Amino acid sequence: MGDDSLYPVAVLIDELKNEDVTQRLNSIKRLSTIAEALGKDRTRGELVPFLTDSIDDEDEVLLALAEELGKFVPFVGGAEHAHVLVKPLEVLTTMEENVVREKAVESLRGIIGQLTEMPKQVQAFIDLVRRLSTGDWFTTRTSACGLFAAVFVHADAKTKAELIQLFSALCQDDTPMVRRAAAGKLGEFASCGVAAADVQAHLVPLFQRLAQDEQDSVRLLAVESSVGVAKQLSEADRKKLVVPTVKACASDASWRVRYMVADKFADIQQAMGQELTKAELIGAYIPLLKDQEAEVRTAASFKVPDFCVNLHESVQRDTVLKLVMPCVNDLVADESQHVRAALASVIMALAPVLGKESTIEHLLPLFLRLLKDEFPEVRLNIISKLDKVNQVIGIDLLSQSLLPAIVELAEDRQWRVRLAIIEYIPLLAEQLGVDFFDEKLSNLCMTWLGDCVFSIREAATLNLRRLTENFGDDWARNSIIPKVLSMCRHPNYLYRMTTLFAVSALTDVASPDVVGTLMLPCVLQMAEDTVPNVRFNVAKVLGSISAKVDGGVVKAQIVPVLNSLTKDADGDVKFYAAESLAVLAK
Amino acid sequence: LLFIPAATMTTDDANGWRFSQVFGDKGTVDDITEADVISTVEFDQSGDYLATGDKGGRIVLFERNNRGKSSGEFKFYTEFQSHEPEFDYLKSLEIEEKINKIKWLRRPNSGHFLLSTNDKTIKLWKVYEKNMQAVVENNTNNPDGSKKGADSVTSLKFPKVQTTESVVAAMPKRVYANAHAYHINSISINSDDETYISADDLRINLWSLHLQDQSFNIVDIKPANMEELTEVITAAEFHPLACNIFMYSSSKGTIKLSDMRAQALCDGHAKVFEEEEDPSNKSFFSEIISSISDVRFSHDGRYIISRDYLTVKVWDVNMENKPVKTFGIHEYLRSKLCDLYENDCIFDKFECTFSGDSNYIMTGSYHNMFNIFDREGNSPNVTLEATKVQKKKPATKKTLSIGRKKKTVQEEVNPDNIDYNKKILHTSWHPHENLIAVATTNNLYMFQQAV
Repeated sequence: MGDDSLYPVAVLIDELKNEDVTQRLNSIKRLSTIAEALGKDRTRGELVPFLTDSIDDEDEVLLALAEELGKFVPFVGGAEHAHVLVKPLEVLTTMEENVVREKAVESLRGIIGQLTEMPKQVQAFIDLVRRLSTGDWFTTRTSACGLFAAVFVHADAKTKAELIQLFSALCQDDTPMVRRAAAGKLGEFASCGVAAADVQAHLVPLFQRLAQDEQDSVRLLAVESSVGVAKQLSEADRKKLVVPTVKACASDASWRVRYMVADKFADIQQAMGQELTKAELIGAYIPLLKDQEAEVRTAASFKVPDFCVNLHESVQRDTVLKLVMPCVNDLVADESQHVRAALASVIMALAPVLGKESTIEHLLPLFLRLLKDEFPEVRLNIISKLDKVNQVIGIDLLSQSLLPAIVELAEDRQWRVRLAIIEYIPLLAEQLGVDFFDEKLSNLCMTWLGDCVFSIREAATLNLRRLTENFGDDWARNSIIPKVLSMCRHPNYLYRMTTLFAVSALTDVASPDVVGTLMLPCVLQMAEDTVPNVRFNVAKVLGSISAKVDGGVVKAQIVPVLNSLTKDADGDVKFYAAESLAVLAK
Repeated sequence: LLFIPAATMTTDDANGWRFSQVFGDKGTVDDITEADVISTVEFDQSGDYLATGDKGGRIVLFERNNRGKSSGEFKFYTEFQSHEPEFDYLKSLEIEEKINKIKWLRRPNSGHFLLSTNDKTIKLWKVYEKNMQAVVENNTNNPDGSKKGADSVTSLKFPKVQTTESVVAAMPKRVYANAHAYHINSISINSDDETYISADDLRINLWSLHLQDQSFNIVDIKPANMEELTEVITAAEFHPLACNIFMYSSSKGTIKLSDMRAQALCDGHAKVFEEEEDPSNKSFFSEIISSISDVRFSHDGRYIISRDYLTVKVWDVNMENKPVKTFGIHEYLRSKLCDLYENDCIFDKFECTFSGDSNYIMTGSYHNMFNIFDREGNSPNVTLEATKVQKKKPATKKTLSIGRKKKTVQEEVNPDNIDYNKKILHTSWHPHENLIAVATTNNLYMFQQAV
């Protein structure tokens, strides 16, 4: 007799060779089940070699395989047997798809991470790095770059020296792909325990070389590694060895390299330290804000607050007022909307640095100008940071200029813009207070309930719910519920449904009294609607409302209506009525 | 495909060049199938492989025999259908399957990767040797193929597979579609091996090889009003070493060099190579024959060659106002331009190519003739005819450039006897050796220079 429990696993194993790729993929994703059923010895001796021979498959299968093998250490019998996984993963590191190679490298790194104090096992992986680094194809060599940091910590002194040599060769590879991979990993390699002397003697020259590579794509990756390299050096060495290169990159002929400097500026600034920033990097950053390429200005704009906050106290105020603010002034009127949008999303973070007075003097005019920007995203970005403004200058100053901007956005032609502003309404309401809101904004909220786009109506109902949470039950009772309920007689059934959606959104947050006396009668009355879609939504809403009202009312008013709906002519109405009744029965 | 072995050497006047082999149908030009017409030829970076594309959308790959030895013979490697005819329903236009260009990528592993394009869509192909396997035994099937019952599985075993055969398979890895409103004339891979450009009549797009669903438009010469259109882009190529520089040629006879570093959008250009036309030569056909059909960089990026209807010009990238050399290809056609206009031949797009060491230039002509020029003019030019047996050459132009007024030896070619249906538009030069591939209508000829 066979064993019933074996059969599912047998199927999984068979499907590793199924002709249908989805079946193979499914089996690969459940490799752990197969391995568990086979036991450690057979996993090592049969499954892993079998998988190694099967690496001639679609990329998605290989990607899944690379990922699963990363979790395989326990299945092959623990870290002392981890080396059996080298072979299949090594084959995967030569695949042409980046994602497959990267996943294989990630899995290998994970495995190597489990080999602390196991020099014998580590050896297999060091041999692997050696093989990959000197492989014939650029794919293996690019994969090798990602493994150095992982094996280095486990290596003995002699091997460490060798690894540095191998890495150095990769940094000078003939193909730009390998140099890119090396440039991308140089910072990490420098931070993984390479002796300070070696960093200075070997890695710094490599960094400088990569940062001057003829290929733009290599140089821009080298920018990032400056952070890792700099962290291993003394301030004096940073100044001498890294800063000049970073400055050169900041004024590189290629805008992509300058973009990278702008994008990584906060990290670079931190790695270099306040003193060096003060002396050397301020001059490198400011031109990026005036760069001729919009992409560079966008990236630099995003970093304005980080840059200012991290400046040394002694120069902070002066730098911000004399150097940064003039640039910001220009950026507010930048020709590129992306630059303005970037600035709008961060500009308020400057307020704490400037203090209240300077904020009102310098920042507020800019802020108001951005609020009037012709590009909706710019205005939205400002409004989304409203709480920060409020903290510094108070809402009174703002409310006059804020309102026209909001109204304009609320009526924007693009529904996505309208949707975005709805999401900020509760935040606004909180800052503006209930009176101001009732006076100026509550009508807007009601208009959205009648929007021609469903997503807007849906968002508007959720908005009401969050407003009710903020302003409380009484406010809801007086301000919004009557308006919502009045829509139940709208000639268009889509708006009648909006009432139902609003009711179901508000049920949770409104008091039982409001639900029972105001909402319920209205909903019950809608059970007679001529449109089945309305009726089945009534059935749904009644199910959720019943939790909020007391049992007597449920029995006397809700159940009879649901019962009659179960006899409705429409199938969907019957279904939802029956479903709600079933909920009530519980 | 027929394979005809190398003919006997006849080296006397051909500067050592000899016919090596020919692929393709032996039939006469008159009854060839349109789909078999070769539309592009390209060696890979190693020179061990050669690709041709045809009007039928097929790509044929050839592999060198006895790799590493001096034999210049190639053999058929594989063939696959790269593009199919399509129909653009929005514009009611047929999209031909014809392969306009093929470019090889650097090999990432034992597979081969190449880009191929028709008028609209670029595809990335992986060509590799695949073992076809069949499962002969597994857990849940009986040897006769019937299913085993759930309770009859007593132990777990691995499917036994048998390799039935090894085939060369071609798999489309990426399809870069919907980015060109006009006809793609060129694709060129950047020296960073990460990006490439594709050029159509009015625009040039920049792609990442990894991303098939987005590209950046870097050149757009489309006027706001199409009635103001005066020129089109005819070819484009990246600089072989500098990742930021590319050039494109136009129907007005100019070559523009652009720098992607300076600006993301390269509408402005860094350099324009243009020769002022001699007003005395001006005629109805001047503009048509000055249209550049192909431009190429030398392998070090120092020189540019451009091909127009009657000449191939060599430009020094540091000198914009005139070419350093101009070679006449078939000056004897100047008197026949009217006929050539009538039969549309004047619009033929001849390509040009540098030799592996960039010292020689090859370009084609009519009557299955093609020319090899010494870039510096130090050795005589060679005109060869693509035939199986090396005949006495039809013409050897002893003039080094048409700049000199020594019209010689042209009398051997009588333009009235030229067969205009036999034209050599597409050629490719081996990257390291003097070995060339020349496409006549539906045949691929290989020639080799005796060392």
